Amino acid sequence: MKIKAVAGTLIGALLAFNSVSYAKQYHEMTFKAGHESLQEWLLPDTPPYPKNNKPTKERVELGKVLFFDPRIGGDGNMSCATCHNPLLGWSDALPTAKGFKSQVLGRATPVVTNTAYNSIQMWDGRKKSLEDQAVGPMEASVEMQTNFTELLNLINHTDAYKDAFEAAYPGEGISKDTIAKAIASFERTIISNNSPFDRWVKGDKKALTQQEVEGFKLFVNPDKGNCAVCHSAPNFTDDGFHNIGLPTWGDKNPDMGRYTERPLRLMKGAFKTPTLRDITLSAPYFHDGSSTTLEEVMDHYAAGGKVKTNLSPNMKQLNLTDKEKAAIVAFMKKLTTPPKKFELPLLPM
Amino acid sequence: MKCIKLNAWKRKSKLTLQVLILSAFSTVAYSETFKVLQKDKAFDKETLQVKVGDTVHFENADPFFHNVFSLSDAKFFDLGSFPKGESRPVIFDKAGTVEVECAIHPNMKMVIEVK
Repeated sequence: MKIKAVAGTLIGALLAFNSVSYAKQYHEMTFKAGHESLQEWLLPDTPPYPKNNKPTKERVELGKVLFFDPRIGGDGNMSCATCHNPLLGWSDALPTAKGFKSQVLGRATPVVTNTAYNSIQMWDGRKKSLEDQAVGPMEASVEMQTNFTELLNLINHTDAYKDAFEAAYPGEGISKDTIAKAIASFERTIISNNSPFDRWVKGDKKALTQQEVEGFKLFVNPDKGNCAVCHSAPNFTDDGFHNIGLPTWGDKNPDMGRYTERPLRLMKGAFKTPTLRDITLSAPYFHDGSSTTLEEVMDHYAAGGKVKTNLSPNMKQLNLTDKEKAAIVAFMKKLTTPPKKFELPLLPM
Repeated sequence: MKCIKLNAWKRKSKLTLQVLILSAFSTVAYSETFKVLQKDKAFDKETLQVKVGDTVHFENADPFFHNVFSLSDAKFFDLGSFPKGESRPVIFDKAGTVEVECAIHPNMKMVIEVK
């Protein structure tokens, strides 16, 4: 079965999620802990998944093993976790990723956190589902350059792997498809939904300070921070594409971003809005890694971007004092879920 | 004699005018106009059936910019971006299925069937 077919079969949970995924407008919100008008900022307990890949313990465990197995890389020394490292916020702390034989790639490694809630994947949206995305880096010669013949041979000659595949996907066999489905199942468990902000929305008055609540108000206010126009409820992303006027857009041959997928003028230099959940764990920021701190990010937006050709129409110069900018940054720092213990798997030998 | 010719010419002119007016009204009656709203980051219709020659006005009802485009063979268009309260018309001049999206917000999709 083609992975692309999987993408079109997201269950009703996705529809339900989409129908409530956009925040009320600023004037409709009451900024008090636990207020009803804020509840749409809470993520659904269960992320959506395709009909033919319902998460099970066996599928998640197999996916976890595959995610951390460095033998998947073409040189036998690179796993998904090499770039999507849980010790570094499921990214790599590099401005832009390093791929096969450490060659520097053009874009930052996106975090895996909460990608389960995305309806479209990658900076340019070229992959729809996590199943579709999972083998993308393996197939890319500049990224993992996986030799699938060798990989399938390794799995088929490793009893523990064979048993794990049969337990996870009985009768479906060991293939690129079942590898992708298992990894996607594991990725759907990498969730951030218990930040101080979440606790405040649920009613814990002490979870945010007055400055942080003020930061949230400014974040949502279209006449102030205007951040929620793209970083919208509940996952702090609109799953949309915007040219935000980064310095690299002024390069001689800039990265065209979404334009390669949707050849429309508006999409030149536009990239997908990343989630802000767990944002403190994934510096540097932006698809080109050009900002090292959230304060720098704030300054970029306050100026309405730097290179303003083909700028997103939703970008504008912001009317913010230093105190207000500091409040927004303080708020964003409360979007991180406290880290939990994470146990690495033993790899099948 | 002159009078008879003049009357005949007047009758002919009246008839021509009536035919012209009737034709004009027939054209107006044939081409319909539809409105599609962009609200809460969704089109307010998932599908719409129109006839060849009909016009659809896409209106942005959200407090931020939207786009409308289609790369379909039956109608290829890009309306650029426009803010709340503004609308853009598209005349559908060829039969077929037209998949319409917002480039900024790819979850926004609808299908227009042109008969």
